[in-house]
Amino acid sequence: MNKVGKIARRTFLIGAAAVAGGVAFGVYKVRTPFDNPLENDLADGSATFNPWVIIDSEKVTLIGPHGDKGQGIAHAQAALIAEELDIEFGQFETSFGKPDKAYWNRAMADDGVPFMFTDKSFSAESMRTVMGGLLKLLGMQGTGGSSSIPDSFVKLREAGAMARETLKLAASNLSGVPVSDLKTANGAVVLPDGSELAYTALAGEAAKLDPVREIKLREPSEWRLIGKPMQRLDIMSKSTGTMNYGIDVDVDGAVHAAVVCNPRQGGALNGYDADAAKEMRGVQKIVDVSGGVAVVADNTWRAIQAAQAIEFDWGPAPYPAEQDDHWAEVAASFVEDRLDKEWRHDGDVDQALAGGKAVDVEYRVPYVAHAPLEPLNATVLVEDDKVTVWTGHQIPRMLQQQVAAVTGHDPEQVDFHNQFMGGSFGHRLEFEHVKLAAEVANQMRGTPVKLTYSREEDFAHDFPRHIGMARGSGAVQDGKVVAVDLSVAMPSVINSQMGRAGLSVPGPDTQISAGAWNNPYSIPNSRMRAYRVPELAPTSSWRSVGASAGGFFFDSLLDELIHEAGADPLAERIRLMQHDVSRKVLEAVGEMSNWGSALPANTGRGVAFVESFGVPTAEVIEVTNTEDGIRINKVWVAADVGTVVDPINFENLVQGGVIFGLGHAMNSEITYSDGMAEQANYWDAEGMRMHQCPEIFVKGLENSTSVRGIGEPPVPPAAPALANAIFAATGQRIRELPLYKHIDFV
Amino acid sequence: MQLVVDGKRHEVDVEDDMPLLWVLRDELNIKGVKYGCGVAACGACTVHIDGVAVRSCQTSVSDVDGEVTTINGLGAPGAMHAVQEAWVEHQVAQCGYCQSGQIMQAASLLSDTPNPTDEDIDDAMSGNLCRCGTYPRIRAAVKTAAVKLREG
Repeated sequence: MNKVGKIARRTFLIGAAAVAGGVAFGVYKVRTPFDNPLENDLADGSATFNPWVIIDSEKVTLIGPHGDKGQGIAHAQAALIAEELDIEFGQFETSFGKPDKAYWNRAMADDGVPFMFTDKSFSAESMRTVMGGLLKLLGMQGTGGSSSIPDSFVKLREAGAMARETLKLAASNLSGVPVSDLKTANGAVVLPDGSELAYTALAGEAAKLDPVREIKLREPSEWRLIGKPMQRLDIMSKSTGTMNYGIDVDVDGAVHAAVVCNPRQGGALNGYDADAAKEMRGVQKIVDVSGGVAVVADNTWRAIQAAQAIEFDWGPAPYPAEQDDHWAEVAASFVEDRLDKEWRHDGDVDQALAGGKAVDVEYRVPYVAHAPLEPLNATVLVEDDKVTVWTGHQIPRMLQQQVAAVTGHDPEQVDFHNQFMGGSFGHRLEFEHVKLAAEVANQMRGTPVKLTYSREEDFAHDFPRHIGMARGSGAVQDGKVVAVDLSVAMPSVINSQMGRAGLSVPGPDTQISAGAWNNPYSIPNSRMRAYRVPELAPTSSWRSVGASAGGFFFDSLLDELIHEAGADPLAERIRLMQHDVSRKVLEAVGEMSNWGSALPANTGRGVAFVESFGVPTAEVIEVTNTEDGIRINKVWVAADVGTVVDPINFENLVQGGVIFGLGHAMNSEITYSDGMAEQANYWDAEGMRMHQCPEIFVKGLENSTSVRGIGEPPVPPAAPALANAIFAATGQRIRELPLYKHIDFV
Repeated sequence: MQLVVDGKRHEVDVEDDMPLLWVLRDELNIKGVKYGCGVAACGACTVHIDGVAVRSCQTSVSDVDGEVTTINGLGAPGAMHAVQEAWVEHQVAQCGYCQSGQIMQAASLLSDTPNPTDEDIDDAMSGNLCRCGTYPRIRAAVKTAAVKLREG
């Protein structure tokens, strides 16, 4: 066991030479480090210590392979390296680097295993290790599942420390001063006499050395950056209009393309008439693409105008044309042969319910669009021996494979330049827009093609968050909740998403009932079942994935049961919560909000708790029922991520996650009619606006022993906390999202 | 036709009905101005015409009857406008894509209403969508910017 532990630790040192063997061959293969991708195209005199730090005589570049969609990971990755490297902001450049297996995401497996996050048993941990190994074999470089910080937290600091120690060795060789007498600060090695050797001046000498592998990470008490307020590296450019996103990529000689594809997603193109479009100003070319047509023009607007002037004859949708039929299919799925898995059965639920169900109810969540503000886009140049792609994406290596399959190149011939993203919420895990750009560019080899979706095309061709229903009941006794029984039915988003990428994922889908089955409460009789609805409209991961639905189902049901028991919503949740870290989160949000204090008339508070991505998160929401509708006054949030890396960004992400969750809970859905999404632009699904935005108070707890990411966890509790607060203020229990179908908002 | 953008005169040869947004982005290569919705629903494309905030995606270029200021002309790194300084101070941005429009809207509000109430801020800013949900920081930054501008 010890040996395995040691080797596992060594895999963090990806630049290190082969690991000493001694364990089973399969495990050894999985643990073999990849080559350092930066060594392939280094100039003379450059040193690379590992795939995250590159130094030449001019500059230091820190590579952060996780994509940045607004969560600030470009900054956080650099900060983690800089913490150990002893280099300051302003002294280095950053890059997303090139797609490479070496950048496999170690943490992405954590939420895919069928074990609760509280489960640290041997089998749970073994499964995480095996899944992690699989992702490594696949070289799964990805950003998602709030995994970037968990993936980066140790390995990037180790990368920084390894580079620092190697630079000290180089300085020692040049100066004759023993390493033990050297210090590092401000991007330089400091000699005992106070003179400095800049890292850039040591690059040549360091390049000759084997990297130092015996390193020790600093104690938290020694941290200069982690846990302290930092100014994000991208904040200046994003405040001055000088940040370049994918949509701003400016390649010499590029033409502009727009597409219109069958709005009945996946349906055929039977024919079209582009005579009018051809004659429009600036139009250069009209080409067929999969399921639609692209117009190439000298200007984005002209391309979009011409594309919209084409008359199309579309085939039918490969899924039910009307929304009611989608719901009917979901409703018909609570049957034995669609049972994906009974995830949990504690105690004896049937016996507990035999004396009568305290509630017996049904919940619904709709399809929801991602709609990041930067419309999807990609710029592609296809040449005979190379394809170059500029866009913002979350899965670079799969992008290479998808593009290569379109153009007939090898994936290694696809040169990908990742861009800062104007939001994603999961949409930039998808490949359709990049493949369409590649299809057009492949028909115009040698000319760079920039494809920009119109907002309408972005809505029509989103792969929304799955719809779902839940049926729940439970029992109460002596003022306590004693049984909860929840069955969730929804299509498998993982199956839909991975299916488009050509992958099949065996076994039950953890996401169908995420946020419900894995709740860390200790309710004596608890049964959680997930039913798999056959695929309807194509769907994709939406910020917080399954927990965005399952959290609403489970917590709403629990709240109803607590009400039936006549207990206090917060006190009963705390009583039922044996998991220490989670209970402290509930207690914290109670203290922050001064739960139980007297409230003005027509005002009520709701609490909700959902664990997602390893982060227990509790929210209290206060609303007032005004003459004009529900006004959300205040929100209090407590979440435990183990270590808060950047307190300012943490607060911003939590507030944003709450607003994202509330906005969609209030007013956003995608519905289908005649096979097409009925919502075409933000007027139809707008989320929260400034005048609706409550004050949001945030507390990050650090009791958990594992360091987790905060991008998604604030989203799932927002909808149930709001619905619970509306119940408290009005007595109206709403069991369906979006809530505005049942109640008005200010 | 002629356009004055960020203090510089340009001659452009485009259709009368081309939205100002696309003239700025694709003809003049001023990329700080963002396309979000094309229907004035999100505010990402907000610029000033003679100091007043307009949605450039719904303004035909032939209707432009004054000097255009974009986020790139409002200020620049090293020489920021007070509103931009406040945005940096409060670290408003997440993805940042809407912030050009938010900042232009806020600058227009503050030139009309130097000491805005919370309601003034909500009224002026509610047409600008932020999908990341940075509204609490936008509110705080507008207030800080108001103080900076009043104090000169």
